[in-house]
Amino acid sequence: MTDETPSNEPVGARFREFQAGLDQPDGQRHRKPRRKGGDGEQLTVPPAEFASYYGRPVLKPPVWKYDIAGYLFTGGLAAGGALIGAGAQLTGRPGLRTVGRWTALGGVAASTYLLVHDLGRPSRFHHMLRVAKVTSPMSVGTWILAAFGPLAGVAAVAELAPLLPQHGVLGLARRIAPPIGTVAGLAAAATAPALATYTGVLLADTAVPSWHDAYPSLPFVFAGSALAAASGVGLIAAPAAETAPLRRLVLAAAAIELGGGHRLERQGLTSEPYTQGRSGRLVKAGRALLAVGTATALVSRRSRVLSVLSGAALVASSVATRFGVFEAGRVSARDPKYTVVPQRERLAESRSTTPV
Amino acid sequence: MPHTNALYGPLDPAPDAGYENPPPRMGFFTDTSVCIGCKACEVACKEWNGVPESGLDLLGMSYDNTGALTANSWRHVAFVEQPRSAGWATPAFAGDPDGPAISPVTAAVGARTSTDTGTDPGLDTGSPAAAARMSGGPEFLGMPGAQPPGRGTGEEGRTDFRWLMMSDVCKHCTHAACLDVCPTGSLFRTEFGTVVVQEDICNGCGYCISACPYGVIDQRKDDGRAWKCTLCYDRLGAGMTPACAQACPTESIQYGPLDELRERAAARVETLHERGVPEARLYGHDPNDGVGGDGAFFLLLDEPEVYGLPPDPIVTTRDLPKMWKRAGLAAVTMALATAVAFLGRRR
Repeated sequence: MTDETPSNEPVGARFREFQAGLDQPDGQRHRKPRRKGGDGEQLTVPPAEFASYYGRPVLKPPVWKYDIAGYLFTGGLAAGGALIGAGAQLTGRPGLRTVGRWTALGGVAASTYLLVHDLGRPSRFHHMLRVAKVTSPMSVGTWILAAFGPLAGVAAVAELAPLLPQHGVLGLARRIAPPIGTVAGLAAAATAPALATYTGVLLADTAVPSWHDAYPSLPFVFAGSALAAASGVGLIAAPAAETAPLRRLVLAAAAIELGGGHRLERQGLTSEPYTQGRSGRLVKAGRALLAVGTATALVSRRSRVLSVLSGAALVASSVATRFGVFEAGRVSARDPKYTVVPQRERLAESRSTTPV
Repeated sequence: MPHTNALYGPLDPAPDAGYENPPPRMGFFTDTSVCIGCKACEVACKEWNGVPESGLDLLGMSYDNTGALTANSWRHVAFVEQPRSAGWATPAFAGDPDGPAISPVTAAVGARTSTDTGTDPGLDTGSPAAAARMSGGPEFLGMPGAQPPGRGTGEEGRTDFRWLMMSDVCKHCTHAACLDVCPTGSLFRTEFGTVVVQEDICNGCGYCISACPYGVIDQRKDDGRAWKCTLCYDRLGAGMTPACAQACPTESIQYGPLDELRERAAARVETLHERGVPEARLYGHDPNDGVGGDGAFFLLLDEPEVYGLPPDPIVTTRDLPKMWKRAGLAAVTMALATAVAFLGRRR
């Protein structure tokens, strides 16, 4: 059964759907009649014409559900939260530290749920722990999460120490929790940059044209997006007196995301999904929200309302960017154009440079 | 120490995977020039491997109602109808007797020379005028046509036409992206150099599906796991031929040691070129291509994309070292940005 059709559809439904979407009566050649060479003229613009098998995709579109797009966001949020928590811890900002640590735990808990939920066989999630493979970014990510998750959890739970009674066994726990939290928080922050950036490799290490071609950009886009989202949460939830570093961090995050991501639109045909359609609108919305959120954050020093608004814009920007990039990949895998045309151009190039 | 070509370039996969003295690498050579589109391979594969039905539907793609390689179709026969001649550069039906069965002249002659049958009803024998009129073509009498369909009429609408048929299958790449990215170790390299999914390990993460440059491996919806051709690993172990190759009535699907198949394929292409089929070409046979050569390769009569194959696939993990470097750079940038932000002024 192909992916589009549930088995209970009436016979012929796929045929009718196919007929409706047919752009050429013969179904095979999306090709205008081409003049045979002989006049010695070279085409200056490479024609975007190609052949396909009834317009069907060459690749299988990713079977990942929106869980994974959501995970890109929550994983980044967790990593950013851990970094902010550690920064606040080292510079004596207890309120921001608490927010950072809880952001990290919330993000990583949501990530774990989303990742397990996306599996075809969720009950077998632990099979990920059978092997460790550097050729599989998902395996690398599993082990990063396995290290980061418990550390972030311990650091966040240590924030509950003041709620414990002064005396007895729990009193002892109250005294030893903060130093344990400190160590765990710093260790979580040490793994956080890997958690935020490996997802760029996770998407790029596929045959999906728009993801693979974006491999130089994606880790930077995701790093910036992670810092922006976590800073956004900090601007919303942390005490106003402690958010000065967040404003600088937001500026850096925007610079990393926009600086690293400007190549997304400049990678040839496969950048189309980043600029067109729903995926293009999401990516653009992510950029616009990032710009607005950053600008607002910079002027929000004295206004709680502006801080919250800028924080919300930054979080929304991260969500839009992640879903936009995710969707762009799915679009590029579904249309044979993005597979065939760049490969044809590559072949034509190698044939023109190497003597036959 | 990993081989220098561990991610890209020519390689013998079984020794690279750690097998000592493995048997020769086995594979398929699918010669589409003799494929008759009978789909015996699809059926045999389903029968032997217990692959569930793919649903009954009409896709409107010539005689192809399978559509593509999926989790439930490990062989897929593609049908391409093309308005062009079959390679011999002669117009369709040239020299074939495609005119009316008889001419008025021969009918008139025939009517005169027949012997008297002694029957009264009907047309008198020996009335040449009527016979000549009738032989001129069907007279519409409110009955179905008196001639076979297409004979005598529609000549001007005829075009050169050819049918391409091709039985597609998992390519069992030398550098298999599905195998590289599998996070559970469910996909593994066999001693025959093929790539197989262990269904008791696969947890349906779906990474292999996005990684395959040919769009072969697929998720079974009601089951969640990834499935694809095993090159009949169970039969290979017993020294048998894979089910599809065994069932193929025209030896379009040939199974054997890959080296031998490559020689045979090169000879076949040469023969076809000699016989006037210049468009015959091999696909996936070259160990220097983007996936290090396919374990299952093809002889095609048109560009690969016409059959739904990528024209120049490259294993995605070729660029993996560069990807990790970019991610490392991004991670360092991220850490530095945080440090700088927190080291700045207090307020």
